Amino acid sequence: MRTRVPLVITFITGFLIILGFWIPHDPVGDIQSTFLIWYAIINGFTMVLGIVSLVHIHTRKIISHKSGYGYSLILILSMLATLWVGLYSGIKYGDLYKIDAPFMWYYNSIFVPLSATMFSLLAFFIASAAYRAFRARTFEATLLLIAGALVMIGRVPIGDVIWHKFPVIADWIMEIPQMAAKRGILIGIALGMIVTSLRIILGIERSYLK
Amino acid sequence: MFVLIFLFHLSPSHNVKVFDTPNDKGGAVYIEWELSADDSIVSCYEVLRSENNVDYSVIATPLPHSNRFDDTDVKNGKSYWYKIRAVAGTDSSESAVFGPVHSSAQWFHHKRWNALVLSIILCGLALWYIMEAKKGKPLFIRRIAGLEAVDDAVGRSTEMGKPILYVMGLSIMGDIATIASLSILSRVAKRAAMHNTPLIVPCYDPIVMAACQETVKQAHLEAGRPDTYDESKIFFLTSDQFGYAAGVDGIIVRDKPGAIFLQGTFYAEALIISETGASVGAIQISGTPAITQLPFFVASCDYTLIGEEMFAASSYLSREPVMLGSIKGEDYSKLIIMIVMGIGILLATISQFGLLRGVAEKFIDWFTMV
Repeated sequence: MRTRVPLVITFITGFLIILGFWIPHDPVGDIQSTFLIWYAIINGFTMVLGIVSLVHIHTRKIISHKSGYGYSLILILSMLATLWVGLYSGIKYGDLYKIDAPFMWYYNSIFVPLSATMFSLLAFFIASAAYRAFRARTFEATLLLIAGALVMIGRVPIGDVIWHKFPVIADWIMEIPQMAAKRGILIGIALGMIVTSLRIILGIERSYLK
Repeated sequence: MFVLIFLFHLSPSHNVKVFDTPNDKGGAVYIEWELSADDSIVSCYEVLRSENNVDYSVIATPLPHSNRFDDTDVKNGKSYWYKIRAVAGTDSSESAVFGPVHSSAQWFHHKRWNALVLSIILCGLALWYIMEAKKGKPLFIRRIAGLEAVDDAVGRSTEMGKPILYVMGLSIMGDIATIASLSILSRVAKRAAMHNTPLIVPCYDPIVMAACQETVKQAHLEAGRPDTYDESKIFFLTSDQFGYAAGVDGIIVRDKPGAIFLQGTFYAEALIISETGASVGAIQISGTPAITQLPFFVASCDYTLIGEEMFAASSYLSREPVMLGSIKGEDYSKLIIMIVMGIGILLATISQFGLLRGVAEKFIDWFTMV
């Protein structure tokens, strides 16, 4: 019973959403967007589950003085500070994102720079990953190195100045071999998703029910 | 001069046509018209609607040069009449009336026959091979290096006395990739439980966290080690993309895992996490349906599940005949797609020389999804 009920719900839901692709008539046509609204509502409530998990784990770390408990302390304090600033801005200004609200300052001065810092790390990681990928140790890696170098030089203005054919070669690499490989992978992914969905709807795939 | 201005009369729009919008749930009609001969001086067009062909009201004022409008504020089965008024300053002229017209809901999307036929073929093939597998027919599935390495990665981590890190990326429960990833997690957790190796699963989504906790708990039960299950190792980190990347990087740098699994939906954080993993010398097995992140994973990870390999994981690892049957059906679907593509390429090439142009266009049209 514990397994059968979710399987029946999955089958009916999946089948109705598939039908909605071909049947525009109410109530079938709109059923997917209705289910997505339900999902968004449930998802909102599950955030409480996440916060409980976060607080539980980090308070336990702090209480038992586990290694790195200082980070947990910073996390809990930051969370409480964000909550306080959010509540204060919400009550006093009526809108968290009002230009002069403290939450907006908090968001622009702390959250955005921290996110931007993480994102900008990508530049260094791309360099280290490219170094590893472009080491010409095998035939495939050499091919990748040549193709990568040609695309890079064809995509910058100096490439056109050195030889006017570099941009043409770069475009050809991107539009023909690159696109062919990409579409091949995409077709595989789409088929994989279809078959996995079919297994889920038919109750053959049950890993999510464990 | 005065005579000329007096004689000028703004030309109206012609040939107004109103249709029930096809293949919809009703509540909409589609209006199109031929532009006024004086379109260059028209400031706007007004769409007038009446429910009795007597009292007309303006329902929309499309910009000049517009010749179509979707009226989505109509009731199914009710009669409506329409006309178009061309306006230029104080001057205006009205077209002939078109109507009555009714909107209605359709029970079938007539432009999606092709999708229906193809879906029946693809699903039919998968079902056929599932039934064949049930009958006991042996099915061959090629070796997938990334999945073969799962047990080795867990073993290596155990030998080194280091934990295993399983990263689901920015997956939410609605992603098919999450389901595929849970299957791999189940296998990893079972092996980790057998070897008593700690498994850390930081999550981006609370629902995924709950699913991961249940999967790992079940794996510990199946391994006969329910006592070693530690729920605090499968936790919610944050629902912010770069916050998540920072959190996972922190775990990698502090705990130095021996094996890292990156399985799920990834975006820009893919390379940040996988390069940090490579920097601590962990064996990394990745898999994602996000095609833009695959090159990064290939560059920084030891094994990468490309494309459908990730979705084949649960079947491949479980080796259940019924599951393998669906993979076999998928392979034959791919064969059909390859044949269709081959015919399409052939027809498109021949049509360039003026031969079979009509056949090529019909072929491409039929396989174009709306």
